[in-house]
Amino acid sequence: MILNRLGRFLTATTLSFSLLTSTAVLADTTIRIGNQGEPSSLDPHYLSGDWEDRIISDMFMGLTTEDAKGDAIPGVADSWDISPDGTVYTFHLRDSKWSDGQPVTAYDFEYAMRRIMNPETAAEYASLLYVIKNGEEVNTGKAPLESLGVKALDDKTLQITLTGPAPYLLSLLTHYTTFPIPKHVVEKYGKDWIKKEHIVSNGPYELVEWLPNTHVKLTKNEDFWDVKKLKIDNVVYYPQEDGPALIKRMRAGEIDVLYKFPSGQIDWLKTNMPKETRVAPYQGVYYYPINTQKPQFQDKRVREALSMAIDRHLIMDKVLKTGEIAAYSMVPPGTSNYGTPSYTSWKEKPMDERIAEAKRLLKEAGYDESHPLKFQLKYNTDDNHKRIAIAVAQMWKKIGVQAELFNSEVKVHYADLKQGNFEVARAGWVADYNDPQNFLFLLESRSKSLNYGNYENPQYDKLMEEAYIESDLKKRAQTMKQAEAIAMEDLPIIPIYYYVSKNLVANYVDGWQDAVNDKHRTRWLSLNK
Amino acid sequence: MWHYFFRRLLTAIPTLLIVITIAFFMMRIAPGGPWDQERALPPEIEANILKAYDMDKPLVQQYFLYLGKVLTGDFGPSFKFKDFSVNDLLLNGFPASLQIGGIAILLALVVGTLLGSMAALRKNSATDYSVMTVAMTGIAIPNFVMAPILTLILGVYLSWLPVAGWGDGEFKYKILPILSLALPQVAYIARLTRGSMIEVLHSNYIRTARAKGLREHLVLLRHALKGAMLPVVSYLGPATAAVITGSVVIETIFDIPGVGRYFVQGALNRDYPLVMGTVIFYGMLIIMLNLLVDVIYGLLDPKVRLQD
Amino acid sequence: MIKTDRLKAVIPVLDTSEPEREIKGRSLWQDAWRRLLQNKAAVVSMVLLGIIALMAIFAPWLSPYPYDEIYWDYIQSPPNWDTAHWFGTDSNGRDLFIRVLYGARVSLMVGFLATGVSLIIGVTYGAIAGYFGGRIDNLMMRFVDIMYSLPFMFFVILLMVVFGRNIFLIFIALGAVEWLTMARIVRGQTLSVKRKEYVEAAHAGGVSNFKIIMRHIIPNVLGPVIVYVTLTVPQVILTESFLSFLGLGVQEPLTSWGVLISEGAKLMEVAPWLLVYPAIFLAVTLFCFNFIGDGLRDALDPKDR
Repeated sequence: MILNRLGRFLTATTLSFSLLTSTAVLADTTIRIGNQGEPSSLDPHYLSGDWEDRIISDMFMGLTTEDAKGDAIPGVADSWDISPDGTVYTFHLRDSKWSDGQPVTAYDFEYAMRRIMNPETAAEYASLLYVIKNGEEVNTGKAPLESLGVKALDDKTLQITLTGPAPYLLSLLTHYTTFPIPKHVVEKYGKDWIKKEHIVSNGPYELVEWLPNTHVKLTKNEDFWDVKKLKIDNVVYYPQEDGPALIKRMRAGEIDVLYKFPSGQIDWLKTNMPKETRVAPYQGVYYYPINTQKPQFQDKRVREALSMAIDRHLIMDKVLKTGEIAAYSMVPPGTSNYGTPSYTSWKEKPMDERIAEAKRLLKEAGYDESHPLKFQLKYNTDDNHKRIAIAVAQMWKKIGVQAELFNSEVKVHYADLKQGNFEVARAGWVADYNDPQNFLFLLESRSKSLNYGNYENPQYDKLMEEAYIESDLKKRAQTMKQAEAIAMEDLPIIPIYYYVSKNLVANYVDGWQDAVNDKHRTRWLSLNK
Repeated sequence: MWHYFFRRLLTAIPTLLIVITIAFFMMRIAPGGPWDQERALPPEIEANILKAYDMDKPLVQQYFLYLGKVLTGDFGPSFKFKDFSVNDLLLNGFPASLQIGGIAILLALVVGTLLGSMAALRKNSATDYSVMTVAMTGIAIPNFVMAPILTLILGVYLSWLPVAGWGDGEFKYKILPILSLALPQVAYIARLTRGSMIEVLHSNYIRTARAKGLREHLVLLRHALKGAMLPVVSYLGPATAAVITGSVVIETIFDIPGVGRYFVQGALNRDYPLVMGTVIFYGMLIIMLNLLVDVIYGLLDPKVRLQD
Repeated sequence: MIKTDRLKAVIPVLDTSEPEREIKGRSLWQDAWRRLLQNKAAVVSMVLLGIIALMAIFAPWLSPYPYDEIYWDYIQSPPNWDTAHWFGTDSNGRDLFIRVLYGARVSLMVGFLATGVSLIIGVTYGAIAGYFGGRIDNLMMRFVDIMYSLPFMFFVILLMVVFGRNIFLIFIALGAVEWLTMARIVRGQTLSVKRKEYVEAAHAGGVSNFKIIMRHIIPNVLGPVIVYVTLTVPQVILTESFLSFLGLGVQEPLTSWGVLISEGAKLMEVAPWLLVYPAIFLAVTLFCFNFIGDGLRDALDPKDR
């Protein structure tokens, strides 16, 4: 076994060596990915970024997994039963192995989920699984680990009990927080189980080498249950975060895929690399929360005027230029289990009418030229945030509002947001799973740390509570739409745009499909050089 | 001299202690914490994490806990790079930085003094002006502009060198980073050498040496250069510390595994143990190099007496 | 002796000599000034720097455009003489020419102020440490080591927390960090200079330490100091852009050369004018500082006529 792994390791390193020197023609194929971020860990319980998701989801596989379009399909589980009230899921696992040849069992899943919910693990992302029965209680130390609603009935059967019907569960189970971890290895090595010499994984690829700040190299996991269909033998992830430098690497043929190209380059890319440039709708919303605790923003008319006066299309077309979609709701269109979101009432009104209306609202609220509305617009340092803030401030100037721009580094920015130390600020949200609840919960009064502007509307909260226990999908969608309609009436946030994914994919990469969650697993790709 | 050397080494201990203390509290008082991020953590999760890192204890207690660990040589775990301890990160990254930075600073020293001396000897001539123009260009063009231009020309257009990456540590991956790092240093050293060389060439002892009929290159090498190096050496102490600990700009543009980015990233991420690790590491380097500089003073100029 | 007497007059701030000496000093200062004017490179540089400074001061009258207005039809458009966007527009559709001039205000100010602060602190500190030597020197230099080791970023952030965001404070803060190497250089030179005959003679003659430092030490270390000053200017101008990144420097819609250049660098292939124009202004300014520095050094060195 050890020899086998060593052998694979050696071939992989010699391969990448010859590839980087770009001389030899290879029998093995290697895909090189510009990943824009250094993973903070290879332990699925200590991750939080999409760049980490890409690596870890090549290495591990949960009960469900993504197809080439990013939709949930069977993973380690090949079938499941759902109780009539939608709160108990019973998963039947297929025969599959860890990369050391040991079988993957339901106990590995049980062990993993208890570990991530254990307060001592201190996992950042544990709250994502609060939908599991007793999840929050276990994570806050109020209930024993064993009470968690995840039970291995036997080696091949896992039962998950939920707090309420969550139609997004199958999509959630593709997420790395739910991945199994090898009980036999973790128990033996503890925190060190992710070291190169110990780690075993159950996904399509396994770790070869991780050189911090330089690369993560993976190679085909021969024990993966679907290994025969893999067309790419090795994967190299580059953590490089310098977008323009990555584009140069792509032009020099040093990488095959580049995630999140910098928007500033779009003009150049459209002319010079039109085929490689892949822009697609992405499940996220860019918005400005308004601090409803500040006296001037308690007035709904002020909030509405600010939102109305922004010509979103002008920003999309002239400033961003990367095909983002102007946003008039919290939930992006195309979200599953939802239908059309509830837009603001003035979405279709022409700009000049909106500006006149905004001016009128401000005047009614008591602001005019001699007594203009003044506040700070905060954003974290970034070219796009800056350009949007400049444009928005200019648009507000037209209705007599004086917004002072104020940038800070990301940690200070979010500390300010958390502490309510802002008036209007920039924020964004990208969905963890494809469901409107994942956007709308941000405005619930109990979502203290994410409801930046401290929006509080009992009616909104009540509707959301209703939605959580509703098992009829249509009714659930209806209830949430009502809630969103209330929020779009109150406007505690200013939606600006819905995100798009911006990737560069070399022409010879086959199997790449646009995905709303921007998840493109190496498993589905092939190189056609 | 050895006496001096060891006494100075001893003073390094209180110096470092003061550095650790000030840096620790400075860092903790600054706004923004390690877990303030786009996805704010629910308070109960943040509580779990703070507990896991002993950060729920009073700040002063945390300070002594930290100090105790540092005394045993343990810089603690990194908040951001969770699979590594700060010791791992610094020890794994330093060889690369040292190699790139070391070559760069040596290159800069040789080329810089050479150019600077040439310019000084032919003061206000075409040579002088062209050398100084090149040097000033090296200073005026910051490396975040110079490095992309170099990669564009040598990597993308001409395909002579890799644009970025480390490969398996082959030398060709290091050429552009070394060049980008060395260029501004060449310029600095050339400017400093020229300035003090001109001064030295006019001083009495060079005139005396010349009058004595010593051969010109001996005068230059043995006397002029030695005297002219004093300001350069003063500059080199801190400059070497800065260059061999890598540069965040160069490491990000070329994607190489040095420690330079930990200085800036650690601070931006509020990765407290990493920040402290870099501070102590850098402090030790600075102290050692400045000590070395002071010793070299004595060697360059016999008039400078080492005293304690 | 003659040399130092002449030189001390160029640092009138530090000059403590009696009135009649000062008159003599002034004429020598005029002498140095006259020699500086004979240096063509220095004169051209002074004129150029003056022009840039005037352009910065009178910026609003030099362009038909305000510095913060967005022209939606000219987003990131190349230089065009017909529209009077002489340097083109930035990625927000604002006129680059006027922005470069407004950037000059900030960058020249930071260049002068921060360098000035670092010059004053660095020279005084280094000369005192080097002159007194021994325990004082050891203590003072260990303080420098400590300052070197402290994380600059937190240092500045804390200053802001305590004093609030203030552009002048930024410049002072930058100067307060940049003086360290200056102090080390001056101290090194002082160690060498203080053993020279004229210093020892002055010492034996009962001249006070303060006067010796002012009259004999500082004037004799000015050569490397002037050179290092010309190297500090670009450093502080570019460091300012890092502070702006942290949100501690200039805030939009105001700008600086450092900010313009770092923005332009990212778009160098897409919109090269965004990099080229501010970079030219910065480069020209640095060249000017450099030639003035060299000229000043020569003019102040009596041996070098």
